[in-house]
Amino acid sequence: MTDQSRNALERLAANKHERLNARLKSRYNRERRFRAYGIASIALGLTFLAILLTTIFSQGLSAFWTTYVKLDVTYTPEVLYIDDATDESQLRLADYDGVIRQALSERFPEASGRQTMRNLTGMVSTSAGYRLRNRLMENPDLLGETETLWFLADDDVDLLMNGIIDRNLPESERRVNDQELEWIDSLVSSDQIERRFNTTFFTNGDSRDPETAGILGAAMGSFYTLIVTLALSFPIGVAAAIYLEEFAPKNRLTEIIEVNINNLAAVPSIVFGLLGLAVFINFFGLPRSAPIVGGLVLTLMTLPTIIISARASIKAVPPSIREAAMGLGASKMQVTLHHVLPLALPGMLTGTIIGMAQALGETAPLLMIGMVAFIVDIPGGFTDPATVLPVQVYLWSDSPERAFIAKTSAAIMVLLAFLAVMNLLAVFLRKKFERRW
Amino acid sequence: MYKKMIGTVVAAAATLAAVQAEARDQISIVGSSTVFPFATVVAERFGQTTSYPTPTIESTGSGGGLKLFCEGVGESTPDITNASRRIKSSEVELCASNGVEDIVEVLIGYDGIAVANSVNGPEMEVSKGELFLALAETVPNPNGSGLVENPYEQWSDIRSDLPNTAIRVFGPPPTSGTRDAFVELVMEEGCAEFDAIASLEDSDEDKFEEVCATMREDGAFVEAGENDTLIISRLDNDTSALGIFGFSFLDQNSDKVKSISVDGAKATFDNIADGSYAVSRPLFFYVKTAHVGVIPGIEEYLAEFTSRRAVGPNGYLIDRGLIPLSNAEYARMKDAVDNLKPLKM
Repeated sequence: MTDQSRNALERLAANKHERLNARLKSRYNRERRFRAYGIASIALGLTFLAILLTTIFSQGLSAFWTTYVKLDVTYTPEVLYIDDATDESQLRLADYDGVIRQALSERFPEASGRQTMRNLTGMVSTSAGYRLRNRLMENPDLLGETETLWFLADDDVDLLMNGIIDRNLPESERRVNDQELEWIDSLVSSDQIERRFNTTFFTNGDSRDPETAGILGAAMGSFYTLIVTLALSFPIGVAAAIYLEEFAPKNRLTEIIEVNINNLAAVPSIVFGLLGLAVFINFFGLPRSAPIVGGLVLTLMTLPTIIISARASIKAVPPSIREAAMGLGASKMQVTLHHVLPLALPGMLTGTIIGMAQALGETAPLLMIGMVAFIVDIPGGFTDPATVLPVQVYLWSDSPERAFIAKTSAAIMVLLAFLAVMNLLAVFLRKKFERRW
Repeated sequence: MYKKMIGTVVAAAATLAAVQAEARDQISIVGSSTVFPFATVVAERFGQTTSYPTPTIESTGSGGGLKLFCEGVGESTPDITNASRRIKSSEVELCASNGVEDIVEVLIGYDGIAVANSVNGPEMEVSKGELFLALAETVPNPNGSGLVENPYEQWSDIRSDLPNTAIRVFGPPPTSGTRDAFVELVMEEGCAEFDAIASLEDSDEDKFEEVCATMREDGAFVEAGENDTLIISRLDNDTSALGIFGFSFLDQNSDKVKSISVDGAKATFDNIADGSYAVSRPLFFYVKTAHVGVIPGIEEYLAEFTSRRAVGPNGYLIDRGLIPLSNAEYARMKDAVDNLKPLKM
């Protein structure tokens, strides 16, 4: 071989090497770009989550504290118009707002005039009168006595104490006028006004006064609804999945059923609401706005999810388990109940909990069956009128009173907490009972 | 095992039957989302001050509420429906065909519809006709005769002393009662101010209706959803835009938004009450006479809702943004309620 040809060969080899390197480099670059896209999409998602959570938390945290006003109230019979303390209807209908008015005018003796007195009594929540009534009806001996009590302040006072109403704005643009500001400052200087943890929010039902509105009614409604949903959808879903996986013959009919179940999982939930209205309320005559109907409708909605996940987890049990049990003489039912079901159960539970979490966040089907409603009394059973947490969020977000903005975010936080707990439970169950082969 | 299953099924059926048989002791109210914030306040007071349970109130919209209300007489149908417009004769017929013969109509007060902008935005003074020019799909040709697609892009194109900012108005979607009322009270009255359109009324009534009621869809009028709180937060961010929403939202958010004046008056409490601000609509509720005395508490609920302390000039609903009735209207309403006078169309 001559030098020349060797040189040519070397050049060729070097060239090839170069090309290879270049291609390799572009492949590496492509991979790096691909990863970068992935990271970017996750980062985008996280950013939106962070924005969502910060807005919810920054708006909602203030709802967990509320303002109280300390007043010395006297149950004067003449102010209350009570002449017979044993007469329950007199106690019920007495003028308790008058007691509050009197207590406030003793504290601010300079206030006079109809409008001024209205503004003054407006600083204390309307619930104060109901509270006095309940105290006096429980203990009629209080008539004529004086008590020092902390009352919920009106929502505007709370917003001011919280800095949401800016006191530096001109009076015409502010919900709290100059005189009310003066009263509040006076109460602050005599330690008669205080911000405390808002227990009312967790112990009350809905209310149109933001300061007395609470989440318990909606939470109980969600609870009863989900109990019905769980009690119906889990056994029905698991039974259907076991039959379809283990017993059903594989033919055209079961194929059609399978396709239909998968389709149902994607049907918009409002359709189930319409079905519920037609079947459960109009045909069976079940009451409107009741958790039992809500539960039935949400059962229809979650069943496909549960059946699909239950079937997947039954499929994941290795055939060798079934064959071994059969080999030892177990019947088909024994194989299923003793071996397949226990092994598939963690997966089924996970699917069920995710289905339940979905049901917890649902509002659309409930609109049709009357659960998007204003309900004050806390439901005590499956047939009492009730509403659910996401509906409460919707109703509050639509209320004109400014203080409901914070309540809305606080209710979202409660809802998110429930969802997080349910999902954690799903993760925990999977980790604890899952078996791998 | 099978016996147990049969037992469970029987028990379940029995519970269903029991649920059905249980009498309703709670007033059931449906209807308008505009009346909802007022009716709920009354219901809550009623629940607190009487021994009856608090009524349940569903926000279904005026039309949806009347449909449910007219389904028939009996416990499974609502007792009362709220409406932000008067019942239509077709709805009265529907009711009658389902056995709901006697209905009492209760006019509770008025609700103003505010046209407002951010407190940092410019002061504006427009007429209904100018609002029509800004918001309608087709308008009279500004330099000639006939109708053309809305050419106005800035307020100053309509009247030279208006701000030269782009027309952007956030308003409710067609499903909303507020939208219906706005179209009726502003657009339809505004369009009648123009000869080119007014002449249509005689020649082609359908066309006239269409021209007056169709809002433009080129981005100047933005349907912002049913939620008025949302419109207010958008106005807060965009000082040149206007918004259309209920008066109670204006009242509650006076630090963020201010009313512009329409036909020389701003949407203030006094202006709406004395009629000088003309964009306001009546609010009603309808009661099934057949249910009074059957479902406990309806009479007392009516008494509470129509009392002076609720809807009188200093009533607690007035604090929530309801515009009170005049004395004569109040007397007529109270008379109808006390004697359960059936509605006559």
